[in-house]
Amino acid sequence: MAVQSDIVDDAGPYDRAKALSAFKLGDVTFYWITRISAISVLLILGGIILSLIVGAFPAMKEFGFAFLWTQRWAPSADPPVLGALGPMYGTLVTSFIAMLIAIPVGLGIAIFLTELCPQWLRRPIGMAIELLAGIPSIIYGMWGFFVLGPFLANTFQPFMIKIFDGVPVLGAIFAGPPSYLSLFNAALILAIMVLPFITSISVDVFKTVPPVLKEAAYGVGCTTWEVVRSVVIPYTRVGVIGGVMLALGRALGETMAVTFIIGNSFRISSSIFAPGTTISAAIASEFAESDGLHQSGLILLGLLLFVLTFFVLAAARLMLMRLEKKAGN
Amino acid sequence: MNPIYSRRRRKDIVVRGLCFGAAAFGVTWLALILVTLLYNGVAGLNLELFAADTPPPGSTEGGLRNAIVGSLIMTVIGVGIGAPLGLFAGTYLAEYGRNDKLTSVIRFINDILLSAPSIIIGLFVYGAVVVPMRGFSAIAGSLALAVIVIPVVLRTTEDMLLLVPNALREAASALGLPRSLVIKRIAYRAARSGLITGVLLATARVAGETAPLLFTALSNQFFSLGLNKTMANLPVTINNFVQSPYAYWKQLAWSGALLITLTVLALNIGARILGAERTAK
Repeated sequence: MAVQSDIVDDAGPYDRAKALSAFKLGDVTFYWITRISAISVLLILGGIILSLIVGAFPAMKEFGFAFLWTQRWAPSADPPVLGALGPMYGTLVTSFIAMLIAIPVGLGIAIFLTELCPQWLRRPIGMAIELLAGIPSIIYGMWGFFVLGPFLANTFQPFMIKIFDGVPVLGAIFAGPPSYLSLFNAALILAIMVLPFITSISVDVFKTVPPVLKEAAYGVGCTTWEVVRSVVIPYTRVGVIGGVMLALGRALGETMAVTFIIGNSFRISSSIFAPGTTISAAIASEFAESDGLHQSGLILLGLLLFVLTFFVLAAARLMLMRLEKKAGN
Repeated sequence: MNPIYSRRRRKDIVVRGLCFGAAAFGVTWLALILVTLLYNGVAGLNLELFAADTPPPGSTEGGLRNAIVGSLIMTVIGVGIGAPLGLFAGTYLAEYGRNDKLTSVIRFINDILLSAPSIIIGLFVYGAVVVPMRGFSAIAGSLALAVIVIPVVLRTTEDMLLLVPNALREAASALGLPRSLVIKRIAYRAARSGLITGVLLATARVAGETAPLLFTALSNQFFSLGLNKTMANLPVTINNFVQSPYAYWKQLAWSGALLITLTVLALNIGARILGAERTAK
């Protein structure tokens, strides 16, 4: 009823031609408003790329490709020397360790939620895991700084250092002294932060497995683990990898949590218990007080990070899209 | 018992145990973080927190009034700009351009923006707004938040509109309703709770965002409402206070953190309950 009376009010009761032209105008206007809004998404992406390239240009001109393999970061030296090796190393190492922890745990939770968990517990546990994704990054940072960092430095780190003391390679990776601020602490926090992404996507794709496949496997006497390993995972492999890549994209760009607990040291150390820095942490801690070439160098770091995450996220999306197509058929 | 069978059984039990352990591991972190926040933050939750501005260094009096107000203002403006844009863009994707080439490109780009590092958004707004305006400002911070809101709202809007049965649209069109009114009066109404869910989730996402505000809105010590100047806000204030040497500042940071977390979790839970109602229908 409301629809009719509005239209009648707008156009007057008897003038059909006027009503139709009002409809047409409204239609065209609304179409273009939505279309322009949709195109603005592309403009935002274009704007991000453009503004990063413009901002990074002075540093690109000054340092060229040497930026990529210079370890020294000395913005106040004369002339300033800036190199991305330290932050790039920190970004890749923390993300790698984080995925090493988060993939098995995230998949384990997903298997628990889809195959093992009693129905009434599914929603509360699923919600708790998803709420982990809702907690703001800075809260993780604070918590890591005050609680997790001291805990790890007093218990876990000395333990690992003692065990691997003298062992070749591993001894260098787990070398002392224990530290509140370290690559490993940052990686552990990252793992907790990306866990919900891996879990929720895995749960979604596990649900696409046709029940008849699983029932057939159970029917010939498979155990739950065998069903998961030989039926569920192979069927959903592409989707799971997509979810993992999505989580990796998050881990690479995560900022505040890492900034608090990584120690912001541009020196590369072989030990994962030593302080380090990541691209995002370097930008967050130095950008506000930077200018000139230093600032341009930080923007160039940002550009590197954007390119890196763009490809990881694009790959993730393509994989998930492939699975969606399969599910649709 | 057959030895192969018992080995398979043992393996299965071990893996089940590990999966159970993984779930316990995940839930434990959430509990640990919430308990720490409550333990450290509750002591500072009093009237002064909401009534007094952030204290100068060394002082043991003061609250977070300016930061809370600043965060509210920037979040409201950010969502106010970002949500309609995301809503309209999602409408285009779901209603007009369903089989369009443009739609699949936009959906792909939007999914990437959805997970793009928020610090990059900060750098973008710094270059696009702060530099031309010659100074940090609350409006730059709001715009950075808006850029984060758009992809979230776009995604949920599209998903929710695609769930509306086509028979509803066809019935409305058959009655002679023009396309724009079919969308506004029928599709929006049918998907309303889903659309609100999207906006709530987006609000939750930006309410605690810190990285894009660090060098757009900056922060300050004072109560201010001017949009073209720096504005105090909770996340950046927490960021500054945590690393300070003053115990009282740290206390304020914990209370602020508790406040943000409770707000964000409440928004998340509210959005999920709304969303669940929808799927249950």
